[in-house]
Amino acid sequence: MKFGVVVFPGSNCDHDAWYAATANLGQKAEFLWHESTDLAQCDAIIIPGGFSYGDYLRCGAIARYSPIMNEVRRFAEAGGPVAGFCNGFQILTEAGLLPGALVRNQGLHFICKTVELVTGTTNSPFTNQLSPGQILRVPIAHGEGCYTAEAAILDELEGEDRIAFRYRDNPNGSMHDIAGILNRGRNVLGMMPHPERASDPLMPSSDGLAIFQSLLNAYART
Amino acid sequence: MPLEIEPELAVQLKKHKITPDEYEKILALLGRRPNLTELGIFSVMWSEHCSYKSSKVHLKKLPTENPRVLQGPGENAGIIDIGDGIAIAFKIESHNHPSFIEPFQGAATGVGGILRDIFTMGARPIAVMDALRFGRLDSPENGARNRRILSGVVEGISHYGNCFGVPTVGGETVFEDCYDGNPLVNVFALGVFRHEDIFYGRATGVGNPVIYVGARTGRDGIQGASMASDVFTEESKSQRPTVQVGDPFMEKLLLEACLEAMKTGAIVGIQDMGAAGLTCSTCEMGARGGTGIDFELNLVPQRERGMTPYEIMLSESQERMLLVAEKGREQEIIDVFNKWGLQSAVIGTVTDDGLLRVRKDGEVVAEIRNLDLADEAPLYHRPFTKPFREAPMEGPAFASRHLQADLLAMLASQDLCSKRWIWEQYDYMVRTNTLVGPGSDAAVVRIKESGTSIAMSLDGNGRYCYLDPREGAKLIVAECCRNLSTVGALPVAATNNLNFGNPERPDIMAQLVEAIEGMAEACRFFDTPITGGNVSLYNETLGQAIYPTPVIGLVGLLPTAKPVLMSLPQEGLALYLLGGLGESDWTRMGSTQYAKQVVKQLWGLPPALDMEREKAVQTVAREAARSGLSLAAHDLGEGGLAVALAEMTFSGIGLAANFTSTLSADMALFHEGPSRILVATDQPSALEALAQQHGVEALALGQSGGTHLKISIDNESLVDVPVNQLYSTWDASLEEALHVR
Repeated sequence: MKFGVVVFPGSNCDHDAWYAATANLGQKAEFLWHESTDLAQCDAIIIPGGFSYGDYLRCGAIARYSPIMNEVRRFAEAGGPVAGFCNGFQILTEAGLLPGALVRNQGLHFICKTVELVTGTTNSPFTNQLSPGQILRVPIAHGEGCYTAEAAILDELEGEDRIAFRYRDNPNGSMHDIAGILNRGRNVLGMMPHPERASDPLMPSSDGLAIFQSLLNAYART
Repeated sequence: MPLEIEPELAVQLKKHKITPDEYEKILALLGRRPNLTELGIFSVMWSEHCSYKSSKVHLKKLPTENPRVLQGPGENAGIIDIGDGIAIAFKIESHNHPSFIEPFQGAATGVGGILRDIFTMGARPIAVMDALRFGRLDSPENGARNRRILSGVVEGISHYGNCFGVPTVGGETVFEDCYDGNPLVNVFALGVFRHEDIFYGRATGVGNPVIYVGARTGRDGIQGASMASDVFTEESKSQRPTVQVGDPFMEKLLLEACLEAMKTGAIVGIQDMGAAGLTCSTCEMGARGGTGIDFELNLVPQRERGMTPYEIMLSESQERMLLVAEKGREQEIIDVFNKWGLQSAVIGTVTDDGLLRVRKDGEVVAEIRNLDLADEAPLYHRPFTKPFREAPMEGPAFASRHLQADLLAMLASQDLCSKRWIWEQYDYMVRTNTLVGPGSDAAVVRIKESGTSIAMSLDGNGRYCYLDPREGAKLIVAECCRNLSTVGALPVAATNNLNFGNPERPDIMAQLVEAIEGMAEACRFFDTPITGGNVSLYNETLGQAIYPTPVIGLVGLLPTAKPVLMSLPQEGLALYLLGGLGESDWTRMGSTQYAKQVVKQLWGLPPALDMEREKAVQTVAREAARSGLSLAAHDLGEGGLAVALAEMTFSGIGLAANFTSTLSADMALFHEGPSRILVATDQPSALEALAQQHGVEALALGQSGGTHLKISIDNESLVDVPVNQLYSTWDASLEEALHVR
């Protein structure tokens, strides 16, 4: 399996995602420059964390216009798995691939710490190796991770079982304790926590590797 | 015959902080009178900040070499070999003065500046730590201002480091009245690279092009270096425009573009533009390369119209680099910077005449020998007497009413309480190398490309150094080495940040001299040469100087493995105090946190240090960590034994300690004698044998387990408190002091 890791100016978790996919999961991975229009036959795309374009204007607001995002959209529309972590989640909402928005944390500060996530749906290529309600310890590191959406969208997410993860102890004020969601096709995941930071046996937690393993499992079944 | 200085010139000299003697030297070096631009160039290059003119003769006493050192002081950062063809570059730098004037930007650009020092050498920054000192948050007169400065500094570091993508893995935060008007912001950064990828700030190869890259030059930070070389007065608030504004996104692009451009092989030398901006980078690169540099100011990318040569040369706009390329290969470099959306411009060439020649519209507007600027700054043998101190030698009569209440008060104190509120605002995990993060004895960062990890510790102690600068400096070095040994690392090299008051005062100069000599002695003993650092003088406001505050950043090496943490991982472990209870007396209690937080006075002397014994204790702790004997380990530092024991229970697992002591109970619990490390083990006899082999006392204290911290001396219970109460007291205190809770 080959992962594509998109690199925007200001991406800074790109190497971490690449390392998790290669060293921890044992698969191939390639960096995809944001000006490229070629996804290099990758089987899954990761939009990594960081501060794309310095988060100027709004987090992810400029990155969505990068040439590669057209290709990512086409890939997603064709059913290819796309995962956005942290800034990647923000970019996916700005690009309209996921509903809602990420706004300033309730406490107004950047927060970096390991939190507990409660697995929502296991019906996705990102969570098929988890069981419903399973607790994962995964770090967050963001200033603008408060998930916000209008009531109709929240109802839709709940009704269609599209909430991938919730915070056990909500750190940022996200509505419905949402930490991660799926698109309608269930092949696009956005989550504020960083599973790539919890994929190595030397790290305090390696619970996040299950998300990469789920992707590998989904790929093997196709 | 004394030099005649007309009134108009006298005003200019005063404004530029150039003494008449220095002006006379400038006249002799130039053989003519300098114009205003040249005067400005001399003033920044010969400022205390850039030239170390007051400290240099004493800095030479520091050890700077051992077989691991690839680059000692004099470059942008020191470099040491860590094996497997890999090297690390690291350095500490202060941004004290700007952080007082404008806390957010002052601290942010402090981070930016030290990161550029690291990646300009070709290393990718992988860790940052900060040593922060502020006035007390509850000070009746200055509390509100101190809280605002702290919040601003923390946000500035968070803003810059997080966006840049470097983890902030540790540091220290200390509160003392003497930092009211002079907060200290010392930033340490460390980067990694392969030996063959090391770059130097040298302009070589006559005819090679000189290229400017990064942000455009504006009018910000003009004369910042000389602002940082002066004491604060009431007028200092008007100096806000001398503080620069940072853009971490630009810096991140600069990092990636520089590392990529270096791979082309077309770069001959490179240096960042930090203090003294374009002036410093051009003349230092020329001086190191033994060459001249001839360049045209019109070619320098500018943010504002109508900037004068003086302004362009002295601007401290951030996120700029100067590099020298191989002739004919400029385009390869420019292409890389274009890819990253960064501006670059060929502004001049390397010459063979050794001159810094600055042109505007082709006309020469400044012409000075590079060596005169970089190496000919006056050296001052400033007079020094006895170190300034106003504290008494004898302590007050004092009897504790309740030792357990004392312990809780100490855990809640601003110095010893949890700094979680601060470090949770820093991304301390990005790059997924952080094995041990903030809030530990030492931070540990693995190097993915090898089986080696780097341990780092940052430490200072103004109280110790105020009472005895020489012994205080030795204790700081010993403490840093102890921090590293506790997690299993071998201390190998250091960087220092010397924060002092006005060196023109002989009693302040004496503090500096004694601290350097003490540091030199300890660094020589522990074989941890100083590979670079920073001197920040004139930390004085309205006549009040800070405590002498040398800060050491020490790095050590260890094999990559699951780390040994300070908190107890399980019940039933045997708890040992390596080095034993140690010794103290009431005179030496005067420097401790107990004196500060409970007795609320400062007196006497710092703890006594026996370096041979220190080394032996550290050896045992290091071997215990590496061999898997220690399942938790924590060195004793500020707050002594009781505070260290409490901190080990913050995993939620209690402990019971009972021992015999010849010291009085308050001293046994809280004295800060060095050379002591707590180790929890499931193999007590093996640990005892290891200690015995090195002639180190291993005092059996008790066992982990239960839900309380229990400390008894000779079976008399002194402390018996639930660990969750200890934890919440310790954890909540800073937020309460900041009024954010």
